[in-house]
Amino acid sequence: MNDDKGRMGRNEELLMRALDDELEPAERAEFERLLSVNPELAGEWKRLSRLKEVTANMNLRSPPEEMWAGYWTSVYSRFERGLAWILVSIGAIVLGSWGAWHFVQDLMADADLPTFVKWSILALLVGLVMLLVSVLRHRVFVSRSDPYKEIER
Amino acid sequence: MNGTRTELERERDAGQAAEAKLVRRARAGDTAAFGELVSIYMHRCYYAALGMVGSPQDAEDLSQEAFVRAFRARGRLDPERPFYPWLYQILRRLCYNFTRDTSSRRRKLERAGGWLVAEARVRASVDDPERVRATDELRDRLESAIRELPLAQREVFVLKEFEGLKYREIAELLDVPMGTVMSRLYAARQRLAVRLEGLE
Repeated sequence: MNDDKGRMGRNEELLMRALDDELEPAERAEFERLLSVNPELAGEWKRLSRLKEVTANMNLRSPPEEMWAGYWTSVYSRFERGLAWILVSIGAIVLGSWGAWHFVQDLMADADLPTFVKWSILALLVGLVMLLVSVLRHRVFVSRSDPYKEIER
Repeated sequence: MNGTRTELERERDAGQAAEAKLVRRARAGDTAAFGELVSIYMHRCYYAALGMVGSPQDAEDLSQEAFVRAFRARGRLDPERPFYPWLYQILRRLCYNFTRDTSSRRRKLERAGGWLVAEARVRASVDDPERVRATDELRDRLESAIRELPLAQREVFVLKEFEGLKYREIAELLDVPMGTVMSRLYAARQRLAVRLEGLE
């Protein structure tokens, strides 16, 4: 996060508080005195007051009323769906592992199948699992620390 | 005056106590209580997201996701503390990740725009087509200038200008010193003033 701490002087601080109507009476008197003797500050005050005036006339756009009516239902559905996906994923991983284990056992016990075919199928399966894990790990961990991800390609 | 202040304080305390009760129930897994918290804070959460991502659809999506994550993490809720600052931390993490995520870049560009609107009294007072056009141009320019601000500055600017929070409230919400809030806001205003120069 960009931290801009420590770049402001007393004049800028008073300027900001004046714009946002957060000056104490003593500070207001100090600011008015500064405005009368510092043309640069007076220019900035005018410029930022104009911006303040523009933004004071703008609002964030309201969404359609229906959105609020269905908001909680949407939140609840999302939560439910998230839970469902977790259960589906756990079930799929457990059943997939169990099925794979039995498949490998049956494969190795099959006397009719030549040994090189057995090992080739095994290599294929292990390779596919490794590829899947590698891609998932890349997506989850590596992309988070990619220093070039902010660059438009 | 003192009586009024006491009454206001009493109201505030009653509000906090009611919220603490809802938080306790939500913490125990009561979805109805959590639903009430959603109803109380959905507007604030949506508009905070809208200010950060600049797209109504994404703001809806992210604000709802923040509530979902809050419910999942309800075990970490502290009934003695206000609910919104805790929720806001979840929301802002989502918004920061969203704006950094390259996969959503195209979507962001397609959806950007149309998130600011001139105040009703300004719209009502403008009947000259030339002035309507000028107001629209000003709004468009302001929208795009805000969108180009670094997110930390944009966030503070939106909380100040569109949510109307005090410096102290923003500092508490973001958990940063008040000086940081002011300097971010100052930097944001400097950039925006440059972008709006020449427009009346």
